[in-house]
Amino acid sequence: MERLTSLEKFHELQSTVRAERPEDRPQVIISAGTCGQARGANGVYDAFRDALAERNLSEKVELKRTGCHGYCEVEPNALVLPQGVFYAHLEPKNIAEIVDETIVNGRVVEKYVVANADGSEHFALAQELPFYRRQQRNLLTLNTLIEPTKIEDYLALDGYAAFAKALSSMSRPEVIEEMKRSGLRGRGGGGFPTGMKWEFCYKEQADLKYVVCNADEGDPGAYMDRSLLEGNPHVVIEGMLIGAYAVGAQHGYIYVRDEYPIAVRHLQIAIEQARELGLLGESILGTDFSFELQMSRGAGAFVCGEETALLHSIESKRGMPRQRPPFPAQSGLWGKPTNINNVETWANVPLIVNKGADWFAAQGTEQSKGSKIFALVGKIRNTGLVEVPMGITLRELVYDVGGGIPNDKQIKAVQTGGPSGGCIPAHLLDLPVDFDALREAGSIMGSGGMVVMDEATCMVDVAKYFLEFLEGESCGKCTPCRMGTPLMLEIVERICDGHGTPEDLDTLESLAKTIKNCSLCGLGQTSPNPVLSTLRYFRDEYEAHVYDKVCPACLCQNLIRYEIDQDTCISCDRCRKACPVEAITGELKQHNYYIHNHLCIRCGACEEQCPVSAISRLPGYDPPADGAEAKKQSPSHSTAVGSAGGEQ
Amino acid sequence: MDLKRIDEIINQHTDTHDGAYPPVIPILQDIQSEYRWLPEPALVHTAKRLRVPLVDLYGIATFYQSFRLTPPGEHQINLCMGTACHVEGAPLILGKLERKLGIKAGEVTEDGKFGLDEVRCVGCCALAPVMVVDEDYHSLKGKKDVGKIIDEKRKSDEKVSN
Repeated sequence: MERLTSLEKFHELQSTVRAERPEDRPQVIISAGTCGQARGANGVYDAFRDALAERNLSEKVELKRTGCHGYCEVEPNALVLPQGVFYAHLEPKNIAEIVDETIVNGRVVEKYVVANADGSEHFALAQELPFYRRQQRNLLTLNTLIEPTKIEDYLALDGYAAFAKALSSMSRPEVIEEMKRSGLRGRGGGGFPTGMKWEFCYKEQADLKYVVCNADEGDPGAYMDRSLLEGNPHVVIEGMLIGAYAVGAQHGYIYVRDEYPIAVRHLQIAIEQARELGLLGESILGTDFSFELQMSRGAGAFVCGEETALLHSIESKRGMPRQRPPFPAQSGLWGKPTNINNVETWANVPLIVNKGADWFAAQGTEQSKGSKIFALVGKIRNTGLVEVPMGITLRELVYDVGGGIPNDKQIKAVQTGGPSGGCIPAHLLDLPVDFDALREAGSIMGSGGMVVMDEATCMVDVAKYFLEFLEGESCGKCTPCRMGTPLMLEIVERICDGHGTPEDLDTLESLAKTIKNCSLCGLGQTSPNPVLSTLRYFRDEYEAHVYDKVCPACLCQNLIRYEIDQDTCISCDRCRKACPVEAITGELKQHNYYIHNHLCIRCGACEEQCPVSAISRLPGYDPPADGAEAKKQSPSHSTAVGSAGGEQ
Repeated sequence: MDLKRIDEIINQHTDTHDGAYPPVIPILQDIQSEYRWLPEPALVHTAKRLRVPLVDLYGIATFYQSFRLTPPGEHQINLCMGTACHVEGAPLILGKLERKLGIKAGEVTEDGKFGLDEVRCVGCCALAPVMVVDEDYHSLKGKKDVGKIIDEKRKSDEKVSN
């Protein structure tokens, strides 16, 4: 494509690509982010391509492979436009029927659309789906419509128009003022007002300034940044261009997680396309504004999500945080003023410039404006990425959008904010989701991961999981975090193993407070959150581990035993074969199967293989002396929790 | 070891780079994409070429998890240990894989065929629990026999070599 040398040329190109893409044109759009591709989206794409070609429809129907549409649970899925029919759980063999019925005859094939839990209601149109109905998809809608490797797709949907508008008709302070008025706060976890951050950097006098996009999405359980970069990399680039113009930066970096290969590839393609069109480089659109952008790949360190560590990593040093101030706005990359924002924050910028600060500020709550993308995962029916207005309650998110908890289980908690966050218990589900309410409840919004946990989840085990994570990710620079997280882990491990003492709980609390108050960076300061929030809301579970040596969720391996219910057992021998340590004895059809607890390593293989759910986990690990004695025990004195079938 | 190839990689980066500190991380990343790990002679040579103390390179290679100082398996199995995967039973799956392969996480089988690693979140939380074999993502949700995927890999390798 030809390099755009003026605003007029940009508008000409925009009209051309728009005219080539009438809104009501027939399209088939395949959701093909990393997870979609893992579930077979590429095979579905090929099947559509072949079926359309066989019917001579390749010219008439546009077939697209886009980023994630969010509804990951029902992938691979496809959206048929202009009708808006949403087909789920597709297989290549179904495609010919869909092409014949929906594209040729205009009819819906009901068996491939999403139904409600009991199958009584079918939802043909995307906008009718309960999963989408409550959402406010300001950003994710673009993911659905844009082929990420085609800049023309983005240009046709107002792409780079916000940048052109800012560059041609807004002064730098005006852009910053617009950001401030919109109320946009950092989507990476901190929640710092974006406009204010830009202003700090703008006011610094320097020969060179940088803007940086933090795409080091390290929070386990969050993947919205990956999805945005895979599905719509240009919106992030455009946001950065506007930010660079506003603060007066000449150079930018996108620091992206190397674990996201598709995101890295799409981003690279997008940067090259923008450069070719002259949207990056010298004298952009014939003005005196020049901006160069490059990608810097992370190398696998969670702490690099912290801004000063991230900057060190771009400088090719070890990613260790440093004391602030000076803040990056004063002294950042190579000592120059630097403005850092997260992927989702940058992606919101073009929308705000295009539609206005008032439009944005009208959404959400008093202190938390706009929409936010959350990753709804764990024990929930509709897993996926959802974009909702700030202030929606956790209950609405879990039940209305997420469809509730599967397998007739009860919800226990929602973990928000990754390793820096905490667990919100079920009785606080009516809490509005915004920056401040979550912080008051002892958690944080973080980058937007929400892991739903049901009654089969042990909260002490969750705390142990995060401590293991944080111990491994502590950079080692400051003592409270380097020494404190392993100490906390040691105590929690002891509790999970059934060796905890009442004093351990007090030590844990005081350690947690010390680490919170004394650590250098955000990682250390928030590392006790998983422990503090679980101690606050689930102290009874800790106490059960400590005093009764019981794991109420029947998960901690040292505190459980497996038993076969003789009445349910069909003597099929599967469990004995599955056992890796020969802890099960019995003979086919003899109804004498028995698990020898002193040999059992509690790997769960038998429970998983049992076709009739006769094997259950029971609280308390007290291996009886021999098998004969065990048989006499009545199983009714202990409560069985979680059978294999429903678990996995 | 072909040090010429290392020189080519270094030149690609130093020619275009204008920062004060040599772009060590991108160079190590490219060396690793070429060899799948960081062999010692490559590190020694890079240190000399960049005039950076070897200990600094070693510091970076051990600080960041994606760098390997030992060769990976011919097939690399990365089991995701993200929160969603943990809640969906990843620790039990790790035990299964370890028993199946006869190695612990972080090791490579004796024949060099399979390497097993625990990894931080791969960002496919909706598919949890997730295992990545080479470049392929596998959702293990409701899958009882994770060993099957390994058996199939082994079988298809044997077919190719026959």
